[in-house]
Amino acid sequence: MSVTQSSSHSAPSTVSPGLAVEMTALRRTYGTVNALDGLDLHLDPGEMVVLLGPSGCGKTTALRILAGLERQDAGTISVGGRDLTHVPANKRDMGMVFQAYSLFPHLTVLDNVAFGLKLRGRSRKDRRQRAGDMLDLVGLGEQKARYAHQLSGGQQQRVALARALAIEPAVLLLDEPLSALDAKVRVQLRDEIRRVQSDVGTTTLFVTHDQEEALAIADRVGVMNSGRLDQIAPPAELYSSPATRFVGEFVGLSNRIPAQVDGETAVVLDARLPVLPGSAAGAGLALVRPESVSVEPDEHGHATVVSVAFLGPVSRATLTLDDGTLVMAQLASAAAGGLVVGGRVRLRITPSPVLVVGA
Amino acid sequence: MTITAPLAAAAPDSDPGRGRRLSVGPSLGLLPFLVFIGIFLVIPTVTVIVGAFQSEAGGFSLEKVRALGEETPLRALRESLVLSFTSALVGAVLGALLAYLVVTAPPTSILRRAVTSICGVLAQFGGVTLAFAWIATLGFSGLLTDLMADTFGTDPNGSSWLYELPGLILVYSYFQIPLMVIVFLPALEGLRPQWREAAVNLGATTRQYWLQVAFPLLRPAFLGSALLLFANAFAAYATAAALVSQGAPITPLLIRSALTSEIVLGQANFGFALALEMIVVVAIVMGLYAWLLRRTSRWLG
Repeated sequence: MSVTQSSSHSAPSTVSPGLAVEMTALRRTYGTVNALDGLDLHLDPGEMVVLLGPSGCGKTTALRILAGLERQDAGTISVGGRDLTHVPANKRDMGMVFQAYSLFPHLTVLDNVAFGLKLRGRSRKDRRQRAGDMLDLVGLGEQKARYAHQLSGGQQQRVALARALAIEPAVLLLDEPLSALDAKVRVQLRDEIRRVQSDVGTTTLFVTHDQEEALAIADRVGVMNSGRLDQIAPPAELYSSPATRFVGEFVGLSNRIPAQVDGETAVVLDARLPVLPGSAAGAGLALVRPESVSVEPDEHGHATVVSVAFLGPVSRATLTLDDGTLVMAQLASAAAGGLVVGGRVRLRITPSPVLVVGA
Repeated sequence: MTITAPLAAAAPDSDPGRGRRLSVGPSLGLLPFLVFIGIFLVIPTVTVIVGAFQSEAGGFSLEKVRALGEETPLRALRESLVLSFTSALVGAVLGALLAYLVVTAPPTSILRRAVTSICGVLAQFGGVTLAFAWIATLGFSGLLTDLMADTFGTDPNGSSWLYELPGLILVYSYFQIPLMVIVFLPALEGLRPQWREAAVNLGATTRQYWLQVAFPLLRPAFLGSALLLFANAFAAYATAAALVSQGAPITPLLIRSALTSEIVLGQANFGFALALEMIVVVAIVMGLYAWLLRRTSRWLG
């Protein structure tokens, strides 16, 4: 599944079915810190999984262990059914794109991309052809003779992507490849990465702390917390049905509105909503997305408008309930025009399932 | 790396028209430096060049320059080149290895701080003090010489090699190695771990990484540092002067003889010719360095 638009670039004849990846019960400890605490992760052939989480959650450690750049204390790794647990990094056949500055500065762009092929003993003609194809794939066919310092940050990362893919890796690993780039280039390049990955069909593990990036390009997003996967699901499901409080609060904005759980439903602002599995019982806080809250001016309503921020096609209203709870609502800018700061409003919650957590 | 500074200086000016005009303010600040360079570099160099082509009577003559082809100055030049090349080679190789050991230690480790501090001191530890230290240790009746003689029965007068070319190479290496550590350390620290990881990830063995990535990346800095060591040894005088009291095995000592000899008078202009010879050698070294820079500027940016 691709959430990005395809571009005009033609795919090379390198589409492969991809291989399944299995990481089982991985543990890694640094001193007293558990970087990985029994991580289980499965990637389907050709799938792009994004590991998302805050700094120190273990996502990069997981990727580096899969690459063989770090050793796990316990657990196993297999790719395409082949046990790689004790295989050294240079024999794992994985292509990796680092955060930044990984191109070899003494080699031209073409020689950088051909580097892995040279190590594999491919003929000069063959590797130049393949490297040229890969550079065409990432739209840098005209930059073959340049050196890394002559390229922008975004171009360097595209070359790094071409270099990683040139060796036809079993798995493509991307370690926050966009984090050193400015916002506009990030968006362009993330779409580019997704397009290229879809074109070549390589199973891909992508690590980021940027939730928008993760939701935009992943087939499935795995949210990591303290060395474990809290939830792994397609982006829409992860967003609408968070399995844990951490996922609900980390992915997207969430209001925390007082709720009373009664069996399979919860009462939230007078509305009765179905609850998601894993919700707390009794009194708690419902995690409600701003776009699930609608607002109508009503002088008998139970909230007051604190501020309204215009964000283009949508606006974000900040409201306060009578008990002091702050609530954010995202609504069409046309509808937000009727809201007055200090005015009374009535809130309605979209009747979709919510996660209720302990107060 | 030391080689980046000249490249940075060559960055294109955003406004070529303005770049040509010297504004008065910054130039005034440079004035003391320019005066210093004029007095202590330009004038002596011109004096040497002029003097080398003058006869004792003051007229133009190629006699002194021709005399450079005689056996004694040729031997001195050969010994100087051998001394400079060998001590630069020993210093560069051992210094680079030591720098690598230092750079692989944690940045805050005591070993690393101790070695870099000691190297900073030893790199400047030349001249009479250094010569005396070696004489007192390995010279005739030196501490170690006597100890060896007492313990193993070696000849206490057998350490004459210390006062000859092998001794000079050994003693010069004493400051060449730490100097190499100091000038080469930044280049080693500039090797990014991502390059190693990227190479390994693409299938490189440790050997392939060093041969195809690390060595090519370090080569300009290594050769540049080695050239610096060569020039350092070639121009060194005090250590050799203190160590060698008989004869003049290397060019700087031959210049001393030419200028101070009480046996053969009127040799000052021959001293200038010898100095010119040294300037030419250093100019060749600088030319090699510039060539090296031009080659690496393609990818250093």
